[in-house]
Amino acid sequence: MKVKFAKPETFYDVYERKAGGDQTVTHYCPGCGHGNIHKMIAEAIADLGVQDRTVFVSPVGCSVFAYYYFDMGNIQAAHGRAPAVATGVKRSHPDSIVISYQGDGDLAAIGTAEVVHAANRGEKITVIFVNNAIYGMTGGQMAPTTLVGQRTTTTPYGRSPVNEGYPIRVAELINALQAPVYIERVALTDAKHTAQTRKAIRKALTYQVENKGFSLVEVLAACPTGWGVHPTQAREWIKEAMEPVFPLGCFRDRGAEIEAAPLEPRPFINEDLHEKLDVPSPGLAVEEVVPGTMDHLPEALRNPRIKVAGFGGQGVLMLGLGLATVGMKLGYHVSWLPSYGPEMRGGTANCSVRISTNMIGAPTVAESDLLVAFNRPSVEKFEPDLRAGGMLFYDSSLVDVAPQRGDIGIVAVPATKLADELGNTKAANMVMFGAIAEKTGLFKEDDVRSHLGDFIKKKKLIPLNEEAVAKGAQFVRDMA
Amino acid sequence: MATEAAAKKQAGKTRGHIEIRVDECKGCGCCVIVCPKQVLELSKELNKMGYHPCTYKGEGCIACGFCFYACPEPGAITVYTKEAGE
Repeated sequence: MKVKFAKPETFYDVYERKAGGDQTVTHYCPGCGHGNIHKMIAEAIADLGVQDRTVFVSPVGCSVFAYYYFDMGNIQAAHGRAPAVATGVKRSHPDSIVISYQGDGDLAAIGTAEVVHAANRGEKITVIFVNNAIYGMTGGQMAPTTLVGQRTTTTPYGRSPVNEGYPIRVAELINALQAPVYIERVALTDAKHTAQTRKAIRKALTYQVENKGFSLVEVLAACPTGWGVHPTQAREWIKEAMEPVFPLGCFRDRGAEIEAAPLEPRPFINEDLHEKLDVPSPGLAVEEVVPGTMDHLPEALRNPRIKVAGFGGQGVLMLGLGLATVGMKLGYHVSWLPSYGPEMRGGTANCSVRISTNMIGAPTVAESDLLVAFNRPSVEKFEPDLRAGGMLFYDSSLVDVAPQRGDIGIVAVPATKLADELGNTKAANMVMFGAIAEKTGLFKEDDVRSHLGDFIKKKKLIPLNEEAVAKGAQFVRDMA
Repeated sequence: MATEAAAKKQAGKTRGHIEIRVDECKGCGCCVIVCPKQVLELSKELNKMGYHPCTYKGEGCIACGFCFYACPEPGAITVYTKEAGE
């Protein structure tokens, strides 16, 4: 006997999803359409010989766990965002075969924008859209594709067009766009239609292997549990109830007429680009950097996690950027993560800076070693998050209540007043920079001054800012 | 003689064979309704998940594969073709 149809090798032998439990069966309910579609995709990928370069992007929905089953690249995307994630994968790895696998809650509700724009851009990905007219995973709520009159847990009287509108027809919607190459709607019902589904999935994937462009296959599939019917009756219901609303057929197939069009490379380093932007070309040579050390600093201030906070417009983000830039120039690993409200001025702003002799895993700063606060709310908000032995710098010309903690170093710098003496209150941030450098020993004053041009765009402001740095450093020396 | 010939003829039609991993079957019955030769049925026994799994009646399979694609479980059904004389 010869094997004619068997589990494709692109599935894992054992589904190692959790200890115990059965690891040879999927988590899907009896009669669920996902398993059939998984099988067809797995088979097509195996037959096309592209298993080692296929990336399967699974959605939120019952198929969220697809990565337990497919022995290929797997990414699980945020709800509705699978086409956006797939776009990123395809753009960065143009040779990959990328499948965005989505249900109707994922694709046609929360992810409507993502699929429409991926299709409109003609991303060279394959979207498999599983339409079962209901939210299966969360317990059978109304989906955008729910039929008029269909009872769900959120439409117990049946979907009424007056209250809930009409089912959305995704294949038709995508067919209104110019870029897609192949769009077909199929159904998992009888043997003939199942064979058509298999053929459509193979065709869509073949077109991607041939670099043709965007394709979408909408599969009408059963959710016996969500519909509350037996799996075999569910197949009948697709035919009787769903197909009149979602007519089957091929909406577009331009595969034969379209020439293969691989993505055009767009290198990041481009000589012309630097010429056009009138900036010096970095070329390909990497600047020799001597790794910085922090041995000269007290233990508590080594590899500091820094929070800079104040009102928008006080130069909070710029100071953070400056700390990170100078740190980088001195051979440290750095990160700078700004966080600000929608207002450019008047709102509150803060940024997280990390300067380290080690690689930085996360740019966020929850507990800080250094806090730089330019207004009272920032002191109140972030002072409790300072670690013991840390240091708090605050602008004493604006903060009228002195911080209270005894287990931290507190440095009051009248930064705004000192900057005002230089003729520009906006230099307060660089006064503070000078004070921080001098007090902590993190940077030398001269290092800060010589690297100002690396993060201040307006070159004519550099002399003023050099003065400000010097003034801040001098203030600290005078205080001692 | 006539019955022997009929049996031979019948056996000649059995061009395929189906293997079902009983403990991977969830008893949905989708394979049963698509089988053109009606050689599949749900067992009276329960499998370890508590479903009545599909079973092959033993002859008549033509290896069309309809059941394979109707089955949502990746590995529950394997379909074989038989060589002449097998």
